[in-house]
Parts: sequence; structure tokens; C-alpha cells
Amino acid sequence: MAETPLLTLTGITKRFPGVVANRDINLAIQRGEIHAIVGENGAGKSTLMRIIAGLYQPDEGQIILDGRRIQMRGPRDAARLGIGMVHQHFMLIPRFTVAENIVLGEEHARGGIFSPREAEARIRELAAQYQFELDPTELVENLSVGAQQRVELLKVLYRGASIIILDEPTAVLVPHEVEELFANLQSLRQAGKTIIFISHKLDEVLEIADRITVLRAGRVIGTVPASQATKEQLAEMMVGRPVLFHLEKPPVKLGGPPIGVLEVRDLTVLGAHRREAVSGVSFVVRQCEILGVAGVEGNGQTELVEGIMGLRPVARGKVILLGRDITGRPPSTIRNSGVAFIPEDRQRQGLVLPMSVWENAMLGYHRATEYRRGVFYDLGRIKDRVRSLIRTYDVRTPDINGRVETLSGGNQQKLILAKEMSSSPTAIVASQPTRGLDVGATEFVWQRLLAARAEGLAILLVSADLEEVLALSDRVIVMYRGQIVTEFVPGTLPATTIGEYMLGIRRDTPAPVGGEKA
Amino acid sequence: MHPDLILAAGVSSPAIADAVASAIRLTTPLLLTALGAVFTERGGVVNIGLEGMMIFGAFWSAWGAYTYGPLAGLAIGAVAGAIMALVHAIVSVTFRVDQIVSGVAINTLAYGLVRVASQALFHSATTSPSVPSLPRIDVPVLDQIPALQPLMANLSPLIVFAFVLVPVSWWVLNRTVFGLRLRSVGENPLAADTLGINVVLMRYSGVLISGLLAGLAGGYLAVEQTSMYVEGMTAGRGFVALAAMIFGNWTPVGAMFASLLFGLADSLSIRVTIPHVPYQFVNSLPYILTIVVLAGAVGHARAPAADGVPYERSGE
Repeated sequence: MAETPLLTLTGITKRFPGVVANRDINLAIQRGEIHAIVGENGAGKSTLMRIIAGLYQPDEGQIILDGRRIQMRGPRDAARLGIGMVHQHFMLIPRFTVAENIVLGEEHARGGIFSPREAEARIRELAAQYQFELDPTELVENLSVGAQQRVELLKVLYRGASIIILDEPTAVLVPHEVEELFANLQSLRQAGKTIIFISHKLDEVLEIADRITVLRAGRVIGTVPASQATKEQLAEMMVGRPVLFHLEKPPVKLGGPPIGVLEVRDLTVLGAHRREAVSGVSFVVRQCEILGVAGVEGNGQTELVEGIMGLRPVARGKVILLGRDITGRPPSTIRNSGVAFIPEDRQRQGLVLPMSVWENAMLGYHRATEYRRGVFYDLGRIKDRVRSLIRTYDVRTPDINGRVETLSGGNQQKLILAKEMSSSPTAIVASQPTRGLDVGATEFVWQRLLAARAEGLAILLVSADLEEVLALSDRVIVMYRGQIVTEFVPGTLPATTIGEYMLGIRRDTPAPVGGEKA
Repeated sequence: MHPDLILAAGVSSPAIADAVASAIRLTTPLLLTALGAVFTERGGVVNIGLEGMMIFGAFWSAWGAYTYGPLAGLAIGAVAGAIMALVHAIVSVTFRVDQIVSGVAINTLAYGLVRVASQALFHSATTSPSVPSLPRIDVPVLDQIPALQPLMANLSPLIVFAFVLVPVSWWVLNRTVFGLRLRSVGENPLAADTLGINVVLMRYSGVLISGLLAGLAGGYLAVEQTSMYVEGMTAGRGFVALAAMIFGNWTPVGAMFASLLFGLADSLSIRVTIPHVPYQFVNSLPYILTIVVLAGAVGHARAPAADGVPYERSGE
């Protein structure tokens, strides 16, 4: 590390109205390293990366590339200097082929005539050079998310980038795609590229990065070599206090035998193209229990949850809440009968983004007579109630009249929790409750779910994050192709065995699980 | 086909060729406008003002033909359509006004302006004097076959131009850098912008091409088909062309087949009389077809992803 850094930032400060996003940042990126930038949401990672990518101009400070001070007026300038960025939200055109997406804007066409075949040949060569598996003639809309990300990487490489910035690249990927991405990044590093990798997933960062810089509240807390860092140490740097990774999950004592609260009996739900997405699934979630649903995403978990919540028609079978058949009832009825719902996509299903915080907190209770005065809403009362809710659930927002889309992901999720829990439910259906959340917010959600469990609620937890399922659940079922392939108690199976169940390599006799067959 | 209908149309082979020839003549203005619509919509701008651009083109081409001859007249009509399109582009691309609102305004504006101009130039708000047409052309060899004669002889050159424009449009959209970039701003302008593509310029180009072609289509109606300008002569063809473009799934070839279908309906509606059925019903056939086709076929068609969505750079 004695050599001069490829890219040096000194004293970078960036202010936005009302906030200082980056404060006196000093950072040195070495040639050919994978440098991770970690920090909680709102720590200033994305702003800093946008400065390096030329999207923002810093208010103070210098950027030195290869010993020369540079100034960039836009992403085109950055591209010319060999800096490229892969955004978290892909900038792709689904109806264009892979090759068209990559060459767009730099077609190298003679006389303005575009030859798809020539572009495809060029991209095939480029992909081979970095051992990327990608068919340049395929339409992007037919690609998996992981493959789309490879297209974004190739776009940057095609433009000759030597420094590649990846903004939360793993947030959208399923586990095996993460592995592929990491393999791609290793081969890029071998080819001499420098990679800046933004993340808040500490395990991944420790796996892939050479060095790790931690940001908190817009400042650099420190840079450490990955080989000498631990997860606990990084988390403490990020959050500013020790973070619990091993949850306290005390056994809950019951007066009598546990009552089954939410029961699913031989449930079959159709998915896309009228194919069976869930096939004859049965289980019972009892009071004071978290039943985890593990599995690779796309194995029917989404449809299972939507079937239970009345969001998707049930083809066969029953959903029973405390002995009452709620199969196929309207979602509002199901919610009113005591099922809280944390949807997997909080921005699309959980919230109405352009509406205010208080309006969102009211949704689902908008028919309740207690918030009315005659035909009008009792706004004073509603807002008081919302204020107390967001205080209890630590939703950080300057103003409950502000739009929900301005909140961070963590605060959005806390708002959903606050809203759902305020109806005193008897069961919770939680789907991917911590997806995309930072360490602090994840910890908060976990604590809340465990608190609900201690209060006697029955919780169905669906998550693609196996660690989360294992940490929280009392029992775990694994779904593969719409069926339950096994049930176990966390700690009784090695991770590799669980992985085999998830991939369908191993399965128990398809038997109804959860006992208590009626 | 209903026996009465066949009876009324008369089933001799020259009559069929004649009917087809009439259908093709009626298809031409639809096709030109629909091809223009493909360009504007593939670039992401809905242009409901095509009707107004046709009206504008019809009037100014008649004036041009009356003053400078038919060729200059058609050119002036196309430019007039493009000027209206420029207004649409400024309003809806630069100022990001809702594209439908802007298009409706264009239609109203064109109608009013043309009345004023007609009064001033021709001393009649609704009609022009008779104007010269382009010399007719015959397709060599084929025009000697008696059965094909109505189709291949005595054609307006614009008919040939319109049909030649179909493969040319396909080629421009799919095999030129311009076409690739135009389509990219219709699908995902943000992605295009980050790759350095001038979204505004591309969208202006698409809208202007649609104005040129709609203006030319108007010119065809006035100069080539009727030899005069008459108020209301576009008769909603701008909207029908828009429907044809959608039915044709936003592609030039699809738009051509859809335009032919509507042209055929149009020609039947003026040639066929069915006993005991009021002719107004037959006349409304093309419009009923438009509604039926749009209601039935649109489910299969797929618009460009950013069609109708104004693009705003989210700057700092």
C-alpha cells in the first residue's frame, strides 16, 4: 500500500438544503483494489459516490486522479476519465437487446447505420474478455436481475472505465447471484480494474473487499483492511454503538398448551400464467411462535403470502384464523379479523409514496368511526394519534405532513410496523421485513417481532435471508417449487443441509407439517 | 358477405379491382399519418394533434398548390404540419405539458387558424378554389393487365411514396443510430440521458417527423384526392391513423396493414349501399371499426414504455 493512490479525495464537503451529506471526507483508493464503502442509510455513501461519478459537484475539497486534480461537470466527464457507475436501480431498456443496451450512445456506426450483428459481435467479445456469461442477442426483459447487472457492468466496461463504482449491487440479488457477481468482480480486479463497492451488508463486504471505509453521518469514521476487520467492529463503527448480532430469543412460557392461531390447510394458489405457485401447503402458526419460511425466492413464498392475505385467489384449501375460515375473504376483512401484514415491497404494497406520513398511517383505519366527526375526519385526533405512533416506533421524520417517499427505507418500514401493530393483531404475516434495511433498522424490526412473539402473537416470517429466518424463528419450513420440503428447528440442521433443501436436492416425504391436523 | 351487399357492389372483377384501388387511395393519407405517428410515439411523445396537423397541411398545401403548383403545395403542406408539430414539441417536450392536452389544443388551434387564413386568402372560410394535382403515374408493365389496371394506372405519386416509406421507416427505426436512439428515449429516457443521448432533440425529431407526414397526408387529401381544400375534409382521419398505428403495434409494417384495413372500410362505406339500411350506418363503418379494433386488439399491442411520459431531468 506504499504506492500512490489512484484516486484521492481530500476535504470533500457536500451540502444540500438543510443537510450536510458529506463533511470533510478524506479517502484514498488504491489501484486494483476492491474498496468497500459501508454505512447506514443516510450516512452519505451515495452522495459521495455520485461526486466521484461526476453526478454531483462537491462544495469543497479536491478530487485527485492519477496525481492530477480533476473537475467533472457531469457523468460524461467521469466516463472520459475512466470512471463508471452501476446504479442500484438499473438504467436499462427492457425491450432492447443486451448489445443494444450496451452500445447505445456509443454505437461506433459508420454513416449513422446501425448494424445489430456487428454490435452483438463486439459485445460477445467484451463479455468473453471478462468471462461474463451473457448472450448479447437476448432481450434485457428476459434476463434475471443478476444478468441485468452484468449488462450494467459491461456498459461501464464498454466505455473504457478503469474505476467502477457499484451502488448497493447485492441489494437486488438472490444468494447465488451474489456469488456470480463476486466472481465477476474478482475477474475484473484481475484485469486491473479498481472497484468501489457500496454496501451495508457486512458479511458480503468482509468477503469481497480488500479495504473497507466506514461512513457515519457524512463523515469518514475510518478505513480498515478487510483481513483485520470483524463484523462487530464494523457495525459499531457504522452505528456508533455496539450492535447485537445474536438475538435474545427467550423461550416463552405458556399457561397451557399452545393454541394454533393461523392455520393453512392444503393451500393451493395459482401464480403467473395460471401455474400452481403454491401446491397443497399446510402448516399451523401457534401463539408465541415465529414460523419461518425459508427458500430461494420465487418458490411460491410471494403467492403463499398473497393467498393468505386475500390478495390472490385461492385455488384450493383453507386459511383459518382462530378457528374461523378466512379463505378468500377480502383483504380488509382478513386484516380486521386480526392479521397484520408487512408486505415484501414496502414501496409498492406497503405505502402510498406520494401521500403524507399521517395519511399513510391512517390507511386501513380510514373507515374507523373513532377518527370521524360527522362525515369529516377528525384531523386533530388523527394527527395526535399518528404522532404518538411514530414516537413509539421511532420513525424519524421532520414532519408528519411530509411525503412518505422522502423517508429513508428504515423509517418507511418502521411506519408500516407502527401502522400494522396499532390494530392489536393476533397474527402477523411478515414478508421480507428487513430487505434493504441497514443494521440499525434491521435490529429494530427484529426486536419488534420478538416483542410481538413474547406478547403471544403468532408470526409467519417469510424471508429470502436465511440468517434472518434462522435467527428469529422457532420452527422453519423450507419451500421449494411451491411445496414444503422440510420442517426443522433452527440449530438442528447444518447450513449445507438447509441449502440442499432450498435448492431441491434433498426433500422429505411431502407430508403436511405443523401437526394438529383437524 | 351478405347477398344484398354483393348485389349492390356488383361482382365483376374490374369492379373489385376498382374497389381495391379506391381502398388504396383512401389508405394513403392514413398510412402517411400513421407512419408519422410511429416515429413520434416510438420517441415517447403521444401526438393526438395529428388531426390538426392534417387540417393545417390540407389547407396550406391547397394554398401552395394554387399559388406555386402542386409539388410546392405538398411541400408547403408538410412544412405547415411540421410547424404545428413544433408547437406540440415545445409545449409537451420542453414545457412538459400533458401531451394529450397539448394535442387537443393543437387540433382546436389548427381548425381556427385555417378558417381565418382561408377567409383572408380565399375569401371563404370553408373552401378553396380548385387547385392543380401532380401528374398521374402508371406502373410500367403491370398497367397493361386489364384486371390490374385500376390499381396500377393513373396513380398519384404520393400513393407510391407512402408505400415505399413503409420499409424505409422500418429501416430508419431499426438500422440507424438515429432510430436506435429515438426508440431509446421512448422506452427509458433516463437511461438514454445517462448515456449522453440528447432526449429533447430526439423527441423533437420524432414529433417533427410526425408533423411533416401528417401535413403531407393533409396535402394528399386536398391536392391529390379532391383538388381543393374543403373544411372538414380530414374527417377524423388523424385519429383513425393514430388507431391504425396502435393496432399495428407501433411498427411501420403493422401500421400499413391496419391502415389498409381502415382504408378498405372507408372505401366500402362510400361504395356499398345495403337496401333498407340507412346509408349513415354504412358510412359510420370505419369509425365503428376503429372502436372495435382498438377495444379488441389493444390488449395484445405494447406501447413504448415511456410513451406519453414527459421527461424531466432530476437535477440538483
